[in-house]
Amino acid sequence: MVDRRHLLALIPIPFLVLAQAELLASVLSGGTGFLLLCLVVGVRVLVWWLHRAWAHRAAERTRARLREAFLRSPGTKAGEVATLVTRGVHDVTPYVVGYLPMRVLAVVVPLAVMVRLAFADLTAALTILVTLPLIPVFGALVGAHTRERTARQWDALATLGGHFLDVVKGIGTLRTFGRAGAQSATVRELAARHRAETMSALRIAFLSAFVLELVATLSVALVAVPVGLRLLGGGVPLHTALLVLFLAPEAFLPLRAAGAQFHASAQGREVLAKVPEVVERAGVEPPDLSEAEIVLDSVSVRSLENFSLRIAPGERIALVGASGAGKSTVLGLLLGFVRPDSGRVLVGGVDLAEIDREKWLAALSWVPQRPTLVPANLSSGEQQRVALANAVARRHAGLFLLDEPTAHLDAETEALELKAMRDFTKGRTAVVVAHRPALLDEVDRVVTV
Amino acid sequence: MRLAILVGVLAELAGVGLTATATWLVMRAAEHPPMHALTVAIVAVRTLALAKGALRYLERLTSHRAVLGEAVELRGRVYDDLVHRRHIPSGTALTRIVTNVDQHLDSRLRTTLPWTTAAVVGAVVAAASGFSPPLVIGLLITLALLPWLALRDPRDLTPLRAKLTEQTTELVHSKEELIAYGLFDEKLSAATATAKALSRKERTRDLTPLAIAVQFGVALLMLAQHEPAWLVMAAIATFEITVPLAALTKPAPEPTDEPEPPAIHEIPLLQGKTAIVGPSGAGKTTLLNAIAHRLEPSKGALADAHVFHTTVRTNVLLAKPGATQEELDRAAAITELDLDWDQVVGERGEEISGGQRQRLVLTRSVLANPDVLLLDEPTEGLDPEQADRVLGKVLDHSRGTALVVTHRTEQLALFDHVRHRRPVGHQDVGRVG
Repeated sequence: MVDRRHLLALIPIPFLVLAQAELLASVLSGGTGFLLLCLVVGVRVLVWWLHRAWAHRAAERTRARLREAFLRSPGTKAGEVATLVTRGVHDVTPYVVGYLPMRVLAVVVPLAVMVRLAFADLTAALTILVTLPLIPVFGALVGAHTRERTARQWDALATLGGHFLDVVKGIGTLRTFGRAGAQSATVRELAARHRAETMSALRIAFLSAFVLELVATLSVALVAVPVGLRLLGGGVPLHTALLVLFLAPEAFLPLRAAGAQFHASAQGREVLAKVPEVVERAGVEPPDLSEAEIVLDSVSVRSLENFSLRIAPGERIALVGASGAGKSTVLGLLLGFVRPDSGRVLVGGVDLAEIDREKWLAALSWVPQRPTLVPANLSSGEQQRVALANAVARRHAGLFLLDEPTAHLDAETEALELKAMRDFTKGRTAVVVAHRPALLDEVDRVVTV
Repeated sequence: MRLAILVGVLAELAGVGLTATATWLVMRAAEHPPMHALTVAIVAVRTLALAKGALRYLERLTSHRAVLGEAVELRGRVYDDLVHRRHIPSGTALTRIVTNVDQHLDSRLRTTLPWTTAAVVGAVVAAASGFSPPLVIGLLITLALLPWLALRDPRDLTPLRAKLTEQTTELVHSKEELIAYGLFDEKLSAATATAKALSRKERTRDLTPLAIAVQFGVALLMLAQHEPAWLVMAAIATFEITVPLAALTKPAPEPTDEPEPPAIHEIPLLQGKTAIVGPSGAGKTTLLNAIAHRLEPSKGALADAHVFHTTVRTNVLLAKPGATQEELDRAAAITELDLDWDQVVGERGEEISGGQRQRLVLTRSVLANPDVLLLDEPTEGLDPEQADRVLGKVLDHSRGTALVVTHRTEQLALFDHVRHRRPVGHQDVGRVG
C-alpha cells in the first residue's frame, strides 16, 4: 500500500556523510580538498533534491491508493469514511516523506560512521557503540513503563477533545433551549481540563525523546573531550580528532530525526492501520432462475430465527409481518447483502455464498424500500416510480424483489406497482414485502415472517 | 508563549554552543597549549551537553502548554461568537469552524513557534559572528525567503474535498443498489479520480534541498574566507534549525461564510395544530427555521436537534435543567423512550438506533413544553404505527400551538390545519377533521 521506491535515493547518503566529514576535517586541519568538498556538498544537495521529489511523488501515490482502498470497501458509516478519505489520508504524508527515510538512515548512517571510526579512533567508535544502543533500550523502558498510563490518558483526551466539536455542532439545539450561554463556561472549563490532561500525558510521552536527546548530546561530549585531551597529549593527529568530532553527532542525528518523525506520523500510522483487507473471491455462475428453486434453510440472522422458506421457480410470494420482524432481512438474504449467522441460502442447490456476487445481482431486479439512486429533488412517490421503472427495464432478470414503502403511496405509484406485479412477474420468481392489501391479491402465496 | 520561545531559544543555543565549543576545544588542543587553557571549554562542553537535553524537554512541554492555553481562550471566543450570531451556520460550516480552530492552533505549534525560535537563535549567532556577510545572507534566505515561498498562497482543497465527500456518501449509502444495478465500479472510478486529483493537489512545496544548499554553501564561503572553525561549525549547526522551515505547510482556512437563509415573510398563523406537508426541497425546514428564529428562545422550538455525546438524562435535561425524575419519566412515557437514563448515546448518537434517537429528541421537546412546538419530521425512523401513536400523544400533551413538518399523510387527521408547500411557492391552506 505504501510506496517505498523513494528510499532507493538514500543509498548515497551514508557515503556522502563520510566524505563530507573527511574533507571538512582535512580542510580545517590545513590540508587540501576544498574543491572536492564543494563537489561532495553539491552532490549531497542533489541527492536530497532527488529524494524529496521522489518522496513527495511516493506520498501522492500512497494517498491515492489508500483513498481507493477505503472507497472500495467503504463500510457503513458514511461520515467516518468521508472524513478518512478527504482529510485522514493526508496524514500519511509525514509517514512516507519523513518517517520512512529516517528509519532507514537511522540504521545505515550509524553503521557507516561506526565502521569509519573503528579505523580512525577505536575509543571513539567504542564510546558510540556503547551509547547508541542506550537510546532504543531506554526508549523501550520508558515506553513500557508508561504505555498503560498514556493509553488511558489518550482515551480521556479523545473524549475531551471531541467535546468542542460536539458543542459547536449542537449550538442550534443549545440556543433553542436557552442553554447556549450556560455552556460558554463549560467550553472553557473542558478546554482547561483538556489542557491539564494533555500536559500530564505529554510529560510522560516526551520522556523518551528526552532520553534520546540527552544520550546524543552527552555522547558528543564523551567523545569530544577525551579526543581533545589526547590531541593535546599528541596521541592523535588533528585530522582524526576533527573527523571524530564531526562523525559522532552524525551517528545520532538520523535516530533523533526518526524519533521526531515517529511522533509526527502517529496519525498517519493510525490511518494505515485502518486499511480494509480486500478479499477478492471469484464465485460460481448463478443457476438459471427459471428452473432453480430458492431455499432459505433454517436461517438465523438479526431478528430471524431458524427461518425456512422454499420458493419454487416462477412462484410469487408476499412477505407480511410486524415491523421489525425481519421482512427486509429476508430480501437482504436473497440479495446476498445479508449473510446468515447460521443456516444457508440455496439457489438450485448451490449456496448463495459460493455464487459470484456481481453475476447474481445482474440476474435480479430489485426495488428497495427507500431508493437512493434517484434524483433527490423528486417527491418520494416520484422516486418510487423511477425505481420501479428501472427495475422493470431489466428484462433479463429472473427474480423480482420489491420492498414496498411503508409510507402512503399515491394512486399513480400504487397503480404502477400493481401493473409491475401483474406484467413483469409473469414467468419470473418474485418476492415482495407487502404493506398494503392490494398487493396480496397478485401473489401466489403469502408468508408471515 | 514567551516562556516557550525563551526555553526553545536556550535549548537551541545550547546545541549550537556545544558544537562551537567542542570544535574550539579540538582546534585549540592542536596548538598544544597548557592544560588549564582548556578547562573552561571542557566544563562548558559537558554543561551544554546536559543542558541541551533538559532544555529540549522543557521546551516541548512549555510550547504545548502555551498552545493549549491559547486553545482554551480561542475555543471560548469562537463559541461565544456562535452564541451571538444572528443565524446559526449549517452543520458543514460548523465542522469547518472547528477544523479551522484546530488548524490555527496546530500552526501556532508547528509554524509560528519554530520560526520565532529559529529567528532569535539566528540573530544571536549572527551577532556572535560579528555579522559575517555569508552567514547573515544565508540566514535571511532560510528564515524569510524560503518559508515565504513555501507558505505563500496555500491551495484551497475545499471544493475537491466537498466533491469527494459527496461521492463517498453515495458509495456508502447506495452501495447495495449500486452493485445491484452494476453501477458501483463506474461510481468508484469517478470517486477514485477525484481522490487522485485531491492527492495531487495536496503536494506541498518542499524547499528542504534548497535550504541544505544554502546551509553548506554558506559554510563553504566561510571556509574560503578563513573564518575560524568553531564559527563555521556553529553556522552549520544554526542552519540545522532553519532548514526545516523550508518545508513548512499551513493549510488554507476553510471557507465558513454562507449566504443568509432566504427571508420568509409569510409566517403562517400560529394557532392550533398545523401540519406542513410537501415534497422535499419545498422549503419546509427553512420555514420552520424562520419561525424558530422569530420566536423568543424561551418559547421553544425544535428546528435543529443535536444529540450530545453524553447520557440520555443529560441530553433530555437540557430542555429543563431542574426537572424531577418524575417529570422525566412522564415525558419518556409519552414518547415511548425505552432507554436507560444513564446510557451514553455515543458520538452523534451512534450507540442508539435512529428511532431511539428520534424519540430522545422528542422527549426533550415534550419536557420543554414550549408555547409553540416546532417539529421537523419528528417520527422519521419510527415504524408507522408507533410513529402515529407517539405523535398523537405528543400533540395531545402540547399546550395547543404546534407546527409539524411531516411526510405521513396518515398523520394529518391529528392536526387542525394542513399547509401544503410547493416548490414554486403556491400555498393553499386546508382544513381537516
